[in-house]
Amino acid sequence: MKTLVWVEHDNTSVKDATLAAVTAASQLGEVHLLVAGSGCAAVAEQAAKIAGVGKVHLADDAAYANALAENVAPLVASLMASHDAFVAPATSNGKNIAPRVAALLDVMQVSDILSIEGPKTFTRPTYAGNAIATVESSDAKLVITVRGTAFAKAATEGGSGAVEAAAGAADAGLSSFVGAEIAKSERPELTSAKIIVSGGRALKDADTFQQVIFPLADKLGAAVGASRAAVDAGYVPNDYQVGQTGKIVAPEVYIAVGISGAIQHLAGMKDSKTIIAINKDEDAPIFQVADIGLVADLFSAVPELTGKL
Amino acid sequence: MKILVPVKRVIDYNVKPRVKADGTGVDLANVKMSMNPFDEIAVEEAIRLKEKGVAAEIVAVSVGPQKAQETLRTALAMGADRAILVMTDDEVEPLAVAKILKGIVEEETPGLVILGKQAIDNDCNQTGQMLAALLGRPQGTFASAVTVEGDTVTVTREVDGGLETVKLVLPAIVTTDLRLNEPRYASLPNIMKAKSKPLATKAPADYGVDTTPRLKTLKVAEPPVRSAGIKVPDVDTLVAKLKEMGVA
Repeated sequence: MKTLVWVEHDNTSVKDATLAAVTAASQLGEVHLLVAGSGCAAVAEQAAKIAGVGKVHLADDAAYANALAENVAPLVASLMASHDAFVAPATSNGKNIAPRVAALLDVMQVSDILSIEGPKTFTRPTYAGNAIATVESSDAKLVITVRGTAFAKAATEGGSGAVEAAAGAADAGLSSFVGAEIAKSERPELTSAKIIVSGGRALKDADTFQQVIFPLADKLGAAVGASRAAVDAGYVPNDYQVGQTGKIVAPEVYIAVGISGAIQHLAGMKDSKTIIAINKDEDAPIFQVADIGLVADLFSAVPELTGKL
Repeated sequence: MKILVPVKRVIDYNVKPRVKADGTGVDLANVKMSMNPFDEIAVEEAIRLKEKGVAAEIVAVSVGPQKAQETLRTALAMGADRAILVMTDDEVEPLAVAKILKGIVEEETPGLVILGKQAIDNDCNQTGQMLAALLGRPQGTFASAVTVEGDTVTVTREVDGGLETVKLVLPAIVTTDLRLNEPRYASLPNIMKAKSKPLATKAPADYGVDTTPRLKTLKVAEPPVRSAGIKVPDVDTLVAKLKEMGVA
């Protein structure tokens, strides 16, 4: 089976999410990559070195600079004439583009897969991760998005793919990119961090969140996450949100501070290797999934913890 | 301009779903059902656009069983003008829903279709994008702000790492993220009034759509259960544990 993998990048380097998608694709068969962007030849060079990659299709055009689905989906659909499966990481770009491709090909997409059980059989989470469905596709071609935390990352060296230019219909004229506001952070990226310190509503306000959570995270070299309640209350920007509708993470250690553990939050972090919870309510649902729990007032316990590390 | 808002009846977001013992699915018998939370946000956004004078009429649509009428009545009570129920007892996949919605869009010719970004039951996050593809129209997914100006709509999108703004040519498809707005509650008088608003009933066949599933569900299982953890009495013990794990 020939699979085409969407390469997530920022026109300069390949993003980590791509590597998990490559691992999933290699379980299906021959792996080809698609690098679509503007001035992104360096990305294609980098992508070609990913272990197991056969060919890299490079679509370099101003129309693809910001991965607008209206421009990119027809390009992918045309490349799918010579591929059997399209695999994208379940990033915001992947989730935006893949269903548009699926509809153009008249196939049902399989979203956010956790494992590959057969050539057309996959497992995927439903109901906020409370039920794992095994589904078999009957479509001629597959369109899949891959949960990044469920597959190992492919090695970034060792491959020797050939880069080939791909031509598309370019600008569909339906949409244009106006601008972006990317939150700056010197901490590790949430979805690839080994340790995450996450705060909830109990942090009271943005200043308290900063004063309590950030020093602990910095001490541990951890990324900072948040529950929806903390984001909605404006303590931190919304790209910090961990949960069913935010980011799905599975770090080595997840430290939940002042988070009760609603099912929507658990959906985003319960595959973490070790979960540590600090909460003053000993009946909080978070303690049902926590490996290590500390029933304490976070305002005294967290600074004490930070101080003793 | 007319706005079309597709809504879905799903298990209430506060209910913990239980997987059936025979592995065929999730037990929905006698479980509280509600409007998908993202769809409430979509209805609210449509109403706000009407209140601003941008929209003239709001049509709510649902594809589902007879009981999905209740979900449509909720949308009507919030402020939608009329509703269409495409009735089927089968589970309909996003691709088929998108095809049905395409048929409705062609009949109703709305300037905007506002959907939720995903349904909290199947967690697919596909229908809006598929509808946009089938209609050959632009899509503004995961919207946290929507502004209509003349024949374009500017959508701020929640993306990995922050926000992104795109400008789309109308007619367009928008899918809502959580922070787009705070949906209103329907007042009692409005709930009463909603009972007399028009609700048309259709069938998938009226739009020539075959709803046979493309994905066959072989099994539905509980996720692996985490083994019970321990509680530590104080910060010192926690520090010791973290050191043991090599974290600190």
